[in-house]
Amino acid sequence: MSRVPEAFEDGPAFIPYLAVGDPDYESSLEYVEALERGGADLIELGLPFSEPIAEGPTIQSAVVRSLEGGMTPTRFFEFVEELDVDVPLVCMTYYNLIYQYGDEPGPRPFVEKAAEVGIDGFVVPDLPAEEAGPLREACDEFDRDLVFIVAPTTRGERLERIMDQVSGYVYVQARLGVTGAQEDVSDQTGQSLDRLAQWDVPKAVGFGIKTGEHAANIVAGGADGIIVGSALVDIVAEGHENGDSAAEVADRLETKARELKDGALRGVEQRVPHPERQ
Amino acid sequence: MSTNTDGKFGDYGGQYVPEALMPAIEELEDAYERYVLENEDGFMDEFRRRLRDFGGRPTPLQRADRLSERYDREVYLKREDLVHGGAHKLNNALGQVLLAKYMGKERIVAETGAGQHGTATAMAAAHLDIPCEIYMGKRDINRQRPNVFRMRINGAEVNPVTVGRGTLKEAISETMRDWATTVETTHYVIGSVVGPHPFPSMVRDFQSVISKEARKQSREQFGGLPDSVLACAGGGSNTMGAFANFVDDEGVDLYAVEAGGSSLDVDEEKGVAPNSASLSTGGDGILHGARTKLLQDRDGQIMESHSVSSGLDYAGVGPELAYLVDERRVIPVNVDDDAALEAFHRLSQEEGIIPALETAHAFAYLHEEYENLGETVVVNVSGRGDKDLESVIEETSKRNIPNAPDMSMFQGGL
Repeated sequence: MSRVPEAFEDGPAFIPYLAVGDPDYESSLEYVEALERGGADLIELGLPFSEPIAEGPTIQSAVVRSLEGGMTPTRFFEFVEELDVDVPLVCMTYYNLIYQYGDEPGPRPFVEKAAEVGIDGFVVPDLPAEEAGPLREACDEFDRDLVFIVAPTTRGERLERIMDQVSGYVYVQARLGVTGAQEDVSDQTGQSLDRLAQWDVPKAVGFGIKTGEHAANIVAGGADGIIVGSALVDIVAEGHENGDSAAEVADRLETKARELKDGALRGVEQRVPHPERQ
Repeated sequence: MSTNTDGKFGDYGGQYVPEALMPAIEELEDAYERYVLENEDGFMDEFRRRLRDFGGRPTPLQRADRLSERYDREVYLKREDLVHGGAHKLNNALGQVLLAKYMGKERIVAETGAGQHGTATAMAAAHLDIPCEIYMGKRDINRQRPNVFRMRINGAEVNPVTVGRGTLKEAISETMRDWATTVETTHYVIGSVVGPHPFPSMVRDFQSVISKEARKQSREQFGGLPDSVLACAGGGSNTMGAFANFVDDEGVDLYAVEAGGSSLDVDEEKGVAPNSASLSTGGDGILHGARTKLLQDRDGQIMESHSVSSGLDYAGVGPELAYLVDERRVIPVNVDDDAALEAFHRLSQEEGIIPALETAHAFAYLHEEYENLGETVVVNVSGRGDKDLESVIEETSKRNIPNAPDMSMFQGGL
């Protein structure tokens, strides 16, 4: 059974992302565990692909560091098995890695192995609903969730096609473009949340969130969760460049995670009743 | 031509792109159907007129007298090197930039590898008065300085891409990222028959003027169709352009000549394939929006490809070509770097045509296998070689190419 729903049971979910193996396997284990200590309700684990077309410079660099450190799908699964955390885990990667894994073509072997090591769901940025049939089937077979990304430009029939297939949560992309921390959190988010109000699935907002205040604003605006990647990957990158110890970097990640989680909780109190979302 | 309303060629093709791009892809599909397939508002009429007046079409189908004599069969050259800008690339760039205008877009972005597509797009954008930004790998910028300067002269911005090895595949990824941010105002002029639907079909349609003319010219000049058509294949736009109108002619053999590079082996450890022969050696996978044949390791990570010709240096290939190879309609073959360089010098000396290094691959295959190519052979001269002179000097100097001019004057001076 997927544990994803647990993340949304007690108020807004804080969902951090890290590229697994960035900058190396051992440090990465400590970093992910630090995120849980900092209050993560669910963790997105990035399995690096050589051509990450949906990522901005921050996560691209993380992907390069991880691949240079020898990360592979097989190592990724070992990592998840070794990881000592209790929160639900979602694997974020690109479709070719899912498609190529194992002895038979197609996504089934990857999903089977992921389920075995304790992955609860998947986000695949280059797999639109139109091409997702085989992966959705494999997820159903192994009781996993398949999260889809909804962009500010996603409307009408496209939105319905996605919402027919989504499970776990919907990843609401706060603005156009690629991943990356931003100064402003777009007001496109509110409009996206309005469009999604009729569907009874948690809405987690990502792309550009980097402070507790952003997190509070997003949750106050109606999000059920916040997804933060680049702001955390920045901490890893900086520590790596400065030659800081993994323990120091892990502490910083925990502190940042707590700031974001606290922000999300504050956001609940700041919510104003919204007639359309009742 | 294969029909593909759903953007699939067998199992290949499709639309594997981030959600943020899907509305733009759908808008483009609609524009492709209306303007290109149905000639709405006279789009195709204007395209053909501009290809003629600005692009210099039709290009000749020229009998190559000395090659015909050397190989003892009729060798004809489809002279795409004579298209404005010196390569077939303008056929597509002009079509897409014009389409962007019809769609009401305000800005063009494009990727480029060798710089041929970048220069063609910059020219078309200047011609049609629309701002243009080109993404190009840092390494390619250094390999192709004259082309970079041509883009700048035409008023295009050139954005260096430093990620990875800094070649075509990184430039494509980076252009997709730009497009994901700017879809509402911007059209992405992709440079080959790759990427998500409708790009592979649309680029083929713009390039198919090559085989449309060649087929008609064959009838007029030698009263029939050729026994074989040869075209080099990287991403495959000149290849599909040269093949499209011959696909239904079963008597015409179609050869896609890939870059064998220095070896067909792969180094899984380093993630390097010292070739760009994805049709000959690649496996099924998903890259840059489409399912196709790819150079990848066993996990599905994309390999760094290699070719002496930066225009062929790409780990993927158009999905329609992958399909036509599986259907045994197109024959994938390859020649190595040395053979291509030798063919470059041969065509220059014997026919007075300096070919692009990409194009030279097709002539190298002709040289190796002419006995099996039938009585009449058409080779697509996809582009001229002026842009490659620096690479040719460098690459020729470090090898023993028997028919190269004496390179001693350059020694120590490069």
